[in-house]
Amino acid sequence: MKILVCISHVPDTTSKINFINGDSEFDTNGVQFVINPNDEFGLTRAIWFQEQQAATVTVVNVGGPETEPTLRKALAIGANEAIRINAISTDGFFVAQQLAEVVKQGSYDVIICGKESLDYNGGMVPGMLAGILDANFVNSCTDLKIDGSQVTAIREIDGGKETISTSLPIVIGGQKGLVEEKDLRIPNMRGIMTARTKTLTVLEPVASNVATKAVKFEKPPARSAVKLISADNIDELINLLHNEAKVI
Amino acid sequence: MSLIIYAESQEGRFKKVAFEIASYAKNIADTLGTTVTAVTFNTPDASELSKYGVSKVLNVTSDKLTSFNAKAYSDVINQAAKKENATIVVLSSTTDSNYLAPLVAISLNAGFASNVVALPVSTSPFQVKRNAFSNKAFLFTEISTEVKVLGLAKNSFGLIENQVTFNQESFNATLNDSLFRVKVESVEKVSGKVTIADAEIVVSGGRGLKGPENWGLIEELASVLGAATACSKPVSDLGWRPHSEHVGQTGKPVATNLYIAIGISGAIQHIAGINSSRVKVVINTDPDAPFFKVADYGIVGDAFEVVPTLIQKLKEFKAQNS
Repeated sequence: MKILVCISHVPDTTSKINFINGDSEFDTNGVQFVINPNDEFGLTRAIWFQEQQAATVTVVNVGGPETEPTLRKALAIGANEAIRINAISTDGFFVAQQLAEVVKQGSYDVIICGKESLDYNGGMVPGMLAGILDANFVNSCTDLKIDGSQVTAIREIDGGKETISTSLPIVIGGQKGLVEEKDLRIPNMRGIMTARTKTLTVLEPVASNVATKAVKFEKPPARSAVKLISADNIDELINLLHNEAKVI
Repeated sequence: MSLIIYAESQEGRFKKVAFEIASYAKNIADTLGTTVTAVTFNTPDASELSKYGVSKVLNVTSDKLTSFNAKAYSDVINQAAKKENATIVVLSSTTDSNYLAPLVAISLNAGFASNVVALPVSTSPFQVKRNAFSNKAFLFTEISTEVKVLGLAKNSFGLIENQVTFNQESFNATLNDSLFRVKVESVEKVSGKVTIADAEIVVSGGRGLKGPENWGLIEELASVLGAATACSKPVSDLGWRPHSEHVGQTGKPVATNLYIAIGISGAIQHIAGINSSRVKVVINTDPDAPFFKVADYGIVGDAFEVVPTLIQKLKEFKAQNS
């Protein structure tokens, strides 16, 4: 079984979000980058398949050389090899087209993406990739089991979950639940040392169609300060929620 | 040229988001001098949609489509869009719509913008404003393809009544077997409870409640308000509440009208998940809790004293105002 885990290199949640060049670009200055959390749950599940079901795990990222430490971290966690597509992604459609090419070249059986990245929150890459490849697709996936070519998955739905059966090849939009937070792995020294000698292939992007482009960013207006209400004056809270905020 | 929406329903009733995207699409349709057509599944009478500006409904009736199937539903929407020469497809941001939207976009060679929060800034070039960076910024996106797919963020536009004349057609979509390779074997759904996704109000509890035995307070407050219950990550990690109630960055997102946080300090990951809620209320003993920085209304106080009083007063308020 060949698994491809698609990784997004995103600012850590605690990062300050600022923009430069006339609000057209994200300011990476002083920002710590991490593996997108939804992707990390998928990567960890993939490593489980590697250990339990002899799968090989390749991680792939679309980005410049500055994203390589994120790929090395994925290798240190246990992925067998890494691919970097040397391009600055313009939108989810661009990324999906690049990933589709990698999948076609490498004949992967299972492609695991995070259901959404923390930066652009587009939530479009796994679905578009499945659409381009005409592969089976499960989004918001919280459990994944593979037996031969048979797949059993759980999808989170609004107010519950559904159990799905399908077959390989499959694209997964993963999230927490594929593994739990406590199962996430911090690379150990041996992992970090081995990661240095694992293969990281750099590929140039293939020609692709353009669908959207980012024009500019805007920060939300500064919030007005919280209105504090005395704990002895609950009537005032109800009054404000009813007459001012009009939510009850 | 027309606009297509996918009007989601559940057990024969339209979801509120169906009316919201109808209202939104109607506004764009008026700007472009066209009309709104809705695609519905197994809905014999969809006339309610006409109240929000939908002139035409293409209803597909099929036993194969009784439960949601992203690939089959997206294929039907694709066929409907082609039949109507639609240039814009408007979807909501429910789990199901987020699932099928990218498939619709690929099949229509359309550019897709998700989490859209307002009417298009301009229609030529076509620019929309959307949430990015976990609600910490907005991004203006330009869609350059002929057909455009928009995913509207919940509660970002609201409902606007706009009664129009209406007709409903049954739509005979082609349903190839290849659309059904992903099969739903079983569905587990909480019944008789407001879900976080559908709720107008969410009441959420954190570690400040000291233990699962105290959740009666949260549930009673939620029941008075007709709200859904939720919790912070530590609470679900400790096993006090099920994972399905965990809201925040790695949990469920909340975009509700009113979010009440009780005994939740407001870690950045929690705030990221609930920030697009319209009005936020915090009740916490610690005046320095970060939640106070993002809330609209706050009470510094002990939940075990404040919440019972709040429940009592709300009951009186509801009795007077109903």
